[in-house]
Amino acid sequence: MLTVKELPKEEYLLKGHAACAGCGPAISLRLMLKALGNKIMLVVPACCTTVIQGPYPYTSFAVPLQNVLFESTGAAASGIVAALRQRKCDDVTVVGWAGDGGTVDIGIQALSGAAERGTDFIYICYDNEAYGNTGMQRSGATPYGAWTTTTPTGKRERKKDMALIMAAHRIPYVATACTSYPLDFVNKLRKAKEIRGTKYVHLLAPCPTGWLYDTSKTVEMGRLAVQSGLWVLYEIENGKFKLNSPSDRLIDKDKRKPVKDYFALQGRFRNLAQEDVERVQKWVDEDWGQYRKLVSDSASDLVLYGKI
Amino acid sequence: MTQMTIDTANHLAGYAARAARVKVVAAYPITPQTAVVEKIADFVENKQMDAEYIRVESEHSAMVACISAAAAGVRTFTATSAHGLALMHEALHWASGSRLPIVMAVVNRAMGAPWSIWPDLSDSLSQRDTGWIQFYCADNQEVFDTIIQAYKLCEDERVFLPAMVCLEGFILSHTYAPARVPNQEEIDAFLPEYKAGWILDVNHPSSHANLVSPEWYMEFRYMIQEAMENAKQLIPKIDKDYGKRFGHEYGGLIEKYKCEDADLIMLTMGTMGSDAKLAVDKLRKEGRKVGSARVRVYRPFPVEEVTKLAEHARMLATIDRHISFGMEGFLASEAKASLFKLKGRPLFASFIAGLGGRDVTAETIEKMARKSLKSMGTGKIEREIEWVDLRE
Repeated sequence: MLTVKELPKEEYLLKGHAACAGCGPAISLRLMLKALGNKIMLVVPACCTTVIQGPYPYTSFAVPLQNVLFESTGAAASGIVAALRQRKCDDVTVVGWAGDGGTVDIGIQALSGAAERGTDFIYICYDNEAYGNTGMQRSGATPYGAWTTTTPTGKRERKKDMALIMAAHRIPYVATACTSYPLDFVNKLRKAKEIRGTKYVHLLAPCPTGWLYDTSKTVEMGRLAVQSGLWVLYEIENGKFKLNSPSDRLIDKDKRKPVKDYFALQGRFRNLAQEDVERVQKWVDEDWGQYRKLVSDSASDLVLYGKI
Repeated sequence: MTQMTIDTANHLAGYAARAARVKVVAAYPITPQTAVVEKIADFVENKQMDAEYIRVESEHSAMVACISAAAAGVRTFTATSAHGLALMHEALHWASGSRLPIVMAVVNRAMGAPWSIWPDLSDSLSQRDTGWIQFYCADNQEVFDTIIQAYKLCEDERVFLPAMVCLEGFILSHTYAPARVPNQEEIDAFLPEYKAGWILDVNHPSSHANLVSPEWYMEFRYMIQEAMENAKQLIPKIDKDYGKRFGHEYGGLIEKYKCEDADLIMLTMGTMGSDAKLAVDKLRKEGRKVGSARVRVYRPFPVEEVTKLAEHARMLATIDRHISFGMEGFLASEAKASLFKLKGRPLFASFIAGLGGRDVTAETIEKMARKSLKSMGTGKIEREIEWVDLRE
């Protein structure tokens, strides 16, 4: 396990990039590049990172990056992996870095295909829970009750559980992460890098522009998401489910902060009715019943979806 | 040694991909393209072809995987038809905009609704403006030869564009005909190893296809137009060189048949070009000065050749296996545009025929030619756009 002091000094996300102040994805992007190093090829579909990298003839990346079509990250990675194999180039890691819309909505087909084919790459979905690049429209990853520009009175449907959808592909490694827990994220990526096959990391990345909170509060926002149990840090390695710190200490309800604390700090939940808050709290508590079961199943050596 | 075979155009497309030493194939099955990719799958799994075959989950992903494999420095191939091609549309722009020399066999099939699996050219012609070079073949041998020629052309640094090699479904795709497959050493001598124009490289990191402001975008488009013009110069040379080595050549951009002294020239694309020759022979026997010209390369369009063709003819008649609804067939439109500079333009007739696989035989073409000869006599065209063999 890497400590803060051991984080590489090299910077592959260069100064002068065009992310918003307080951008959660940009913080994690920098760490992702530190974790994986510069022997990677990055595939980026239409998303905030299209803007973060800056316009031609500039770029804020010190690694090779191919911009690809919105729905195509999984397929684009597959092409690079195949070409590298033909070129007998086995020391380069192919990485897909896509937003939540590009992953859970328009990109789910290409991603599912790549995973089903066992494509050897790491896919990271940085999830700010809306189409941020186009001005915060609702996505399949937007949570219940959240304001977006296309759900002006709040979204009426629940967030899609993409990590478990990916686990159902029986890939060797699925993990969740959050911008506010950088070492957890970095260590998961370093583990993923050593595993052959498709690796999926779903990163909750707070977004002051879309979530409507002060730009200095990004880390706090991610921490509250995890501490309230709304976002859960875990990994599923060869089908074996494991909660990670600090989520592993939150199985008991009284250890978790109430979800209303998380909602109270964000403008996007301003219009949430009391009954909505209660509804979400109930869902979170129910979900944790499932996590508790997964943990005890994994402890008794039962694994999700059998042997992979 | 050159190998003689009797095979379908679909299989020959597979043979051509192997002969070109393609390294990555990404494809999704669709009728009538399937036998192309089945052949390649067979080659790859039986170790007769050293390539990766990515069995993608859609045509969109097929094109995207080819784009990124080419970006990672290898020669790529795919094949599709009709709705598969339409699904690729967005990625076709991305391929040409990225200046990647992908070659794709398009097995022409009509577009739905309603469903049709039979041929016309509306699928590939709908992709006219995507920045792809487009070849149209008249027989099985030409399919093999053109795929090899296409790599030579597309990988030329003056071009660096992708190309479609189009062949009509069933008429060619599933029809067995004799063909010659040259030996590998000769192909290798004609088509050297792929040298990429740009490549994703960890030692020289850069961002590809990132956001371009209005200050730069137009120049990138102009360079594609220049590349198309370069392709126009190179295609006849490549075709001639290929002909010298392997014994088959196709007239470069346009294949002319008995056009020198012709009063009437029938202008076609694809397999209708073969049938048109038979119709010409029959009418010639009657002393009618008829010729046939087949547009082999539709993008870049051979404007100069068509203009030259019409200089001495009294009449030009186009046959389109395609309709641009609300206008006419593309071949008609573009042939007419090519005549604009001529003083004393020839009479012009345009026929729509063979949509959705309706049979167009030498007799059908003869009928059109006779109708055109009649118009030439009276100096009047009965109908601007004539739909051939339409039910009453």
